[in-house]
Amino acid sequence: MNAIEVNNITKTYSAKKNFVTAVNDVSFSVAEGELFGLIGPDGSGKTSIFRILTTVLLADKGTAKVMNLDVVKNYTSIRNMIGYMPGRFSLYQDLTVEENLNFFATIFNTTIQENYELVADIYKQLEPFKTRRAGKLSGGMKQKLALSCALIHKPKILFLDEPTTGVDPVSRKEFWEMLKRLKAQGISILVSTPYMDEANLCDRIALIQTGKILEIDTPQNIVNRFEKNLYAVKSKRMFNLLNDLRAYSKTESCFSFGQYHHLVLNEEHPDMNELKSYLKDHTELEITQIKPNIEDRFMQLMRK
Amino acid sequence: MTSEKEIVIKTDKLTKKFGDFIAANEITFEVFKGEIFGFLGANGAGKTTAMKMLIGISKPSSGNATIAGFDVYKETEKIKKSIGYMSQKFSLYEDLTINENIQLFGGIYGLSDDEIEKRRNELINKLNLQSEADKLVASLPLGWKQKLAFSIAIFHTPKIVFLDEPTGGVDPITRRQFWDMIYEASHNGITVFVTTHYMDEAEYCDRVSIMVDGVIKALDSPAGLKKQFNANSMDEVFIMLARDAKRGE
Repeated sequence: MNAIEVNNITKTYSAKKNFVTAVNDVSFSVAEGELFGLIGPDGSGKTSIFRILTTVLLADKGTAKVMNLDVVKNYTSIRNMIGYMPGRFSLYQDLTVEENLNFFATIFNTTIQENYELVADIYKQLEPFKTRRAGKLSGGMKQKLALSCALIHKPKILFLDEPTTGVDPVSRKEFWEMLKRLKAQGISILVSTPYMDEANLCDRIALIQTGKILEIDTPQNIVNRFEKNLYAVKSKRMFNLLNDLRAYSKTESCFSFGQYHHLVLNEEHPDMNELKSYLKDHTELEITQIKPNIEDRFMQLMRK
Repeated sequence: MTSEKEIVIKTDKLTKKFGDFIAANEITFEVFKGEIFGFLGANGAGKTTAMKMLIGISKPSSGNATIAGFDVYKETEKIKKSIGYMSQKFSLYEDLTINENIQLFGGIYGLSDDEIEKRRNELINKLNLQSEADKLVASLPLGWKQKLAFSIAIFHTPKIVFLDEPTGGVDPITRRQFWDMIYEASHNGITVFVTTHYMDEAEYCDRVSIMVDGVIKALDSPAGLKKQFNANSMDEVFIMLARDAKRGE
């Protein structure tokens, strides 16, 4: 059985005369125990998909199942077996840390003690602040409390909508380590993120853009489909280098990637000496063939 | 960066306390004209507090700073006229059209109607927004909004533009187009002071400072920092410095 099954879901919003197709004929499935990532920028439809699957929004078309239950007909059963962490902090700001956790446990007819071992790892970092109001917590702490509250009734599936957005690299790393440990306990996880580097931490991912899924596969298979030769190029004057590379007659695309520019040439066996002589005015020039990453592939798909 | 290295931001032991809590602790640095300066730090390191003092909306507890030559205690109104600001959270008025937003910000910064009209045409043509100019900002895709917000933040040709996580959530191609615009502004002599959580973007900066628990722990060019910390990427440098941070946001 799949933990999640989505078949041809479409969702359109209308505001006055404007129609926006937020989710456009999207299908995918998440296996039990899988850590599945929806990877895409803001406005790609990630949150609408989360809201449809967590039974708080109705799709216009298509069907979806969570733990083999229909999201429309069986919404009450689904709500009892899922944990949902929405993108916006949605705990009670004027309740304390402990009161929030207690509240969510009570709603689901359980107690903190009953499922403590599941949240212990995360919640013990919060315990020193358990009498502090949620609204007064730091960003990283809020995120940990929200995850604890989503877990306290021992859900079968976790829905995490952009849990790491706006979070610094250190806390992001810690958060993904927590997810790995939850996955090891058999919980299926659907997580979304705009950070492409986090895609590699998922079992499988769907790349999504303006409501359409561009590609679904393991991160490795997705980068393998890049197929073109990719070069990392750097020189002393990076901005000029970028303009020069874009003006080169055999360039298909060139984008900045931190300390290097990533260059794709439109030939199968490019003459690197020709490129080097074209760039002869650049000092400290470095050209290396490299393996593409998820972001390279995402951008390649966006340009199609 | 210009060769004479004119200083446009200078801070000396700039400090902000909230009761016993020292949000920003004796921050000292300089930023030069036309430089792209990356202001990094963990959540809660004190970046926002520091930035608020620099843009003249929060009075320091102690220390000194001048922004575009103006004092952060006495000349905050002059500072505000000399800078531009945009953040991911607030950039433009969604329920005004593109033209109306331009008119509003141009007016606030005291540009004449003729000047606003001239620059407005340039901006609209450059961003290819001719057919959208009379549409509400709310109807624009996020990436366009952010590019427009940046263009409006530098509409009055400020000396310095402050960008607070300008590219959060933006698609990868737009994110890079945004940086092309930053490079261009810097090339035209505007100093860019930018915060980001994308470590690849730290590499695009001329120099980067990393704040941890209210203190600037490191400040150098990306290449210099990688050398100093024997790291392969800015991500590694950041994690080395910030992993022992004691404070959250």
